[in-house]
Amino acid sequence: MIDIDTELCKGCGVCIAFCPRHVLEASDRMNKRGSYPPVAARPDDCTRCMTCELLCPDLAIVIVDGEGE
Amino acid sequence: MAAGAGGTGAGGPTPAELRAIYLRRWEGRTTFMQGNEAAALGAIYAGCSFYAAYPITPASEMAEFLSKAMPLVGGCFLPMEDEIASISSVIGASWGGAKALTATSGPGFSLMQEAVGYACMTETPCVIADVQRSGPSTGQATKPAQGDVMQARWGTHGDHEALVLSPSSVQECLGLMVECFNLSERYRNPAILLMDGEVAHLRERVRLPMAKDVVLEGRPLGSPDDTPFGGRPVPSMVGFGRGAAVHVTGSTHKEDGMREASTQATHDRLVRRLVSKIASDRDRLERVEERFTDDAEVAVLSFGCAARPSLGAVLRAREGGQRVGYMRLVGIWPFPRRAVARLGERVRRIYVPEMNLGQVSREVERFVDCEVVPLTKIGGVPHTVGEIVRAIKGGDRP
Amino acid sequence: MTGNEGGEGIRRAPSHLRYLREGTLPTTFCPGCGCGTVLNCFVHTLDKMGMEPGELVAVTGIGCSSWLLSPYYRGDTLHTMHGRAIAFATGVKAVMPDKRVVVIAGDGDLAGIGGNHLIHGARRNVGLSVFLVNNQIYGMTGGQVSPTTPAGVRTTTTPYGNAEYPFNIAEVVAAAGADYVARWTTYHVRPLMRAMEEALTTDGFAFVEVLSQCPTNYGRNVGMPTAVEALNAFKERSVPAEKACGMQAAELEGRYVVGTLAKRSRKEYTSVLREASEAARRADAR
Repeated sequence: MIDIDTELCKGCGVCIAFCPRHVLEASDRMNKRGSYPPVAARPDDCTRCMTCELLCPDLAIVIVDGEGE
Repeated sequence: MAAGAGGTGAGGPTPAELRAIYLRRWEGRTTFMQGNEAAALGAIYAGCSFYAAYPITPASEMAEFLSKAMPLVGGCFLPMEDEIASISSVIGASWGGAKALTATSGPGFSLMQEAVGYACMTETPCVIADVQRSGPSTGQATKPAQGDVMQARWGTHGDHEALVLSPSSVQECLGLMVECFNLSERYRNPAILLMDGEVAHLRERVRLPMAKDVVLEGRPLGSPDDTPFGGRPVPSMVGFGRGAAVHVTGSTHKEDGMREASTQATHDRLVRRLVSKIASDRDRLERVEERFTDDAEVAVLSFGCAARPSLGAVLRAREGGQRVGYMRLVGIWPFPRRAVARLGERVRRIYVPEMNLGQVSREVERFVDCEVVPLTKIGGVPHTVGEIVRAIKGGDRP
Repeated sequence: MTGNEGGEGIRRAPSHLRYLREGTLPTTFCPGCGCGTVLNCFVHTLDKMGMEPGELVAVTGIGCSSWLLSPYYRGDTLHTMHGRAIAFATGVKAVMPDKRVVVIAGDGDLAGIGGNHLIHGARRNVGLSVFLVNNQIYGMTGGQVSPTTPAGVRTTTTPYGNAEYPFNIAEVVAAAGADYVARWTTYHVRPLMRAMEEALTTDGFAFVEVLSQCPTNYGRNVGMPTAVEALNAFKERSVPAEKACGMQAAELEGRYVVGTLAKRSRKEYTSVLREASEAARRADAR
């Protein structure tokens, strides 16, 4: 499961751009800091590779259940 | 106390035991020593276990003495690449639990100023010995001077207090080095042993105390839960390795140590406390030596190497019937304003021989109404007794 | 849709977050700043290694990446003066040899004002784990040229183009004698984590240069105003060290040589000091 803390996200877009399976997209719900956090548009395509979790500059994403790679 | 790179692992003697063993070859003896050596030995008496330095005339003998002694007492000796690295590693070692020292002269002391302020701001106990030589700049590297008095007070930027002691004899090099460590541990502030090239290179008779008779102070350790940067004038020093996750920063910070440089109130509270923890004790910290001041009409006030011919001049003038008093400043900063003010009430003139162009004399002027006559001498040749006698007799500047 | 909509719902306590001081997130870094990624990889590495926060002492300097361990790392932290972290850290390591002493600071801090301490620390092989976060600019002060800014680049202090050649700082540190030297980028998160682990288990001086994006004060000047563009550039311009050694200097222009650049095993400095001290005491006792 892709656990995204939407209030930590600053909307840099890195997770969306670098997910190898294009699981994430920008949501249309603005958070308190004016960013549009990602949302898992295709969660079943997630392989739990953890690229998004490790790249995120704000530690806003955590892959729960299992490690990946 | 930290184990140190001295290598006292489990099962071996502790640094305290090693120090006691080492001092047995010195304590109780009367011997002939150089000022720098006595200062270095004083550091060992004080429990110093970390020394880092860069060589510089006229302080290098301290490094050479401690390069041999530090390993023998389970301490660390680090010949660092420059003076900034030296004082920086001293501060780091202090947070690791060590009593730490560096020694230098004017040019190196100038390089260290940012770190002095850092040690003030982070309340890090540490000692710096500045063996003054002719400046400014490279100046006369091998010749003594007393031109760093104001630098020792104000060399680093921002508001801060200074703890500065000035030895006039080889014996005092040892005793005041111990005192500097005690002051820096008590107040969690850097302390400066303001030596000069003359006393540093003098060889004189020294009585070496029994280690058990030397009173030592340590930083207030408290408990890991204590407020690390507030709560008391001198907070507990919750050092590293105690599970407190202490955060040490030179930025303005709150009482928990976390950076907070945005609000006026935080900075005001912090810096006023750093200053007042020492300033509020300034009367207790006054250290002067006074002789013949009861009947004096004029007085000679001096410090460090210049105090030696000053005393000689006072004695000779008194033999000639002149009522001259003598005051020697042992603590330079906080400046002993009360003792000086009292002297100024008794006499009509105070002569201040110093090997600079008037640094202590300017401070004396602030606290007395009587006339102050600086007897300045630069160029590396100390005042002679005759010069000072003539100045006192003549009643005006030489 | 999964996700923590509106900040409510699933409470998370993933183990890598235990290395962060409570209540310090979100970071004060700009959106997309590479410092955050370095912090992220660092705490993940510690978690994977099972290190306790108290095993480490963190030492930092001045600059955005020096604001990485300070205040976020939940452990003893010494936030020092610009350029001097390695000197402070040497003092800490000498009296606390059993601790892992970690330095994280930037290119201006470690390779500029702190260059001297960097090369001497490497020469002595002091047991430190040093992560130089290289964003090729002085970011915190607004984008002035740094010793790692490429030639010709316009910065706030080189408005007509940088007249200097930059350091290949990892190679300098390798030449100075460090036991472990590597270079990665904030794109290469997994190799970076492996390099971090290697650095944290090296006895001597371990150095990892991490190319990192500063979209605000560097990326915007060089046509990469977003983190995504900068990371793509890191990806495209990197060349593995094994391949680079067969390439000409001209081919390597503008490229980042990544991988392990040096690996040796010389005695760590403070252990040499300890051995010498013991030997001195034995000789003295006779």
